[in-house]
Amino acid sequence: MNIYDIKKEFPIFDDKIQNNDLVYLDSANSSQKPRIVVDRIYDFYTKEFSNVGRSVHYLAVAATNLYEQTRVSVQKYIRAKDKDEIVFTKGATEAINLVANTFGQKYLSEGDEVLLTELEHHSNYVPWHFLRKAKNIKIEFAEINDDGEVTLEAIEKKITNKTKIISVSHLSNVTGAILPIKEIVQLAHSKNIPVLIDGCQGAPHLKLDMQDIDCDFYAISGHKMYGPTGIGVLYAKKKWLEDLPPYQGGGGMINEVKKEGITYGELPNKYEAGTMATAQVIAFNESIKFMEKIGIQNIEKHEKELLDYGLEKLRKNNSVNIIGNPKEKGGVISFTIEGVHPHDIATILDEDGVAIRAGHHCCQILHDKLNLPATARASFGVYNTKDDIDKLDEAINKCKKIFNL
Amino acid sequence: MDLKDLYQEIILDHGKNPRNLGKFDNYNKDAKGNNPLCGDNVHVYLRLNENKKVEDIAFEGHGCAISMASASIMTDMVRGKEEKEVKEIVTDFLGMIKEKDSLETNILNEDEKTKLMSLSGVKQYPMRVKCATLSWHTLTSALDNSDQIVKTED
Repeated sequence: MNIYDIKKEFPIFDDKIQNNDLVYLDSANSSQKPRIVVDRIYDFYTKEFSNVGRSVHYLAVAATNLYEQTRVSVQKYIRAKDKDEIVFTKGATEAINLVANTFGQKYLSEGDEVLLTELEHHSNYVPWHFLRKAKNIKIEFAEINDDGEVTLEAIEKKITNKTKIISVSHLSNVTGAILPIKEIVQLAHSKNIPVLIDGCQGAPHLKLDMQDIDCDFYAISGHKMYGPTGIGVLYAKKKWLEDLPPYQGGGGMINEVKKEGITYGELPNKYEAGTMATAQVIAFNESIKFMEKIGIQNIEKHEKELLDYGLEKLRKNNSVNIIGNPKEKGGVISFTIEGVHPHDIATILDEDGVAIRAGHHCCQILHDKLNLPATARASFGVYNTKDDIDKLDEAINKCKKIFNL
Repeated sequence: MDLKDLYQEIILDHGKNPRNLGKFDNYNKDAKGNNPLCGDNVHVYLRLNENKKVEDIAFEGHGCAISMASASIMTDMVRGKEEKEVKEIVTDFLGMIKEKDSLETNILNEDEKTKLMSLSGVKQYPMRVKCATLSWHTLTSALDNSDQIVKTED
């Protein structure tokens, strides 16, 4: 695959941003969008728009079909057994909230434990914290090791006979650690504990096979997969979607509504109340096609090359300290520079068009553990090149110069 | 926009070696501030004597060069001033960071004003304005005995 051809498919790189060629190293936050995704939204709104699943007129039927086609595409892409196991949400955050809320309602009570890890993004902690407040459950955190990984042993250590669900990241958005999720699922299932995987950073970068991983739930963010904002996916085994109560109430999720009672709709409608992000769901199909066309193996290989090149380059750069050293690592490099705060790094890099993120990356628990208030983070997408990493390195040198390092 | 306007020598100096960093024993007013977006935080301690004069002031915290320099310069500048004067300086400074081109207060001499104006570079960087203003809002909160933690996201 030719990266420069792929990059051309992203209109954001056509023009200068603040007089600079954009060096976009913030894909773990959100990815840029290929033209086909942007065009799909425009075309849908201008030529095909209608609400889905309600009316019988031509446009409504066509829109419904397009919407359902994305469901099938996602099902195939993540190798889910059944298309009804794909629930559209407004994002991975909502997907996790959906599970925490409905599973919590039905299966958690005072003293029960939910097992997370110290790596988790706030979106995989705060929803469980709500249950801690509402139901007096306990939250346990499997610890990271010195390399910024969470091992199977670290998970096993925190499982007790009170553990009711395990919810872990697939790939850390800070250290880049890829967790042994298949082994975690096997271990958890041997103790009859369901597992939710926060796949925000996994789905855009790693090959997925739900039947092989065998997890109970997997949360996906659309906008990190070259897709529109406002769209996410909850994969859940059918038995759970049938078993758990609905999440939000409203139109579209019901079977029959009477004054004396209500019955809920079939899957997956049961979890898709109200008018969904129709255009975004339909455009998300183009994101999936875009990734399929390149091939996830090629994406993985390309990002691994970038990662190796980036790590080598930054390790040679004096005063750059790379956070974590996981054996299995995705395209994320978090770092600090001795004597320069990450926010100053980000501002100085931005001056040269190098867009990174600085802060706690919604992982305060992890930063507390690392005893760092903030880190700088460069993260890769399919459009990044080794030139981008060279520019990052140059901009870091400029930073050091300004701070007289 | 020029990075040199933002990272002037004086900012780098105060950022690297903040004055009045720490805590002293006999403070009688204090307040905390934090910036939830980036995790920066500051805790301002001061001693107001019977004449309502700032006898001593110090701060604890961590943050970027801008926020550390701002707290450092601020604490230097308000020591020895009366509460009323401090409030006038705070209002003037926040006004300058937000919209005004210069400082108007007569309480500060030209040297002091030049020092404070070194922070005016953040105007070009809207995301960094909060870094410069956090300690100043926190100082106000300390003077007002507010129990509320100052947040930059209000």
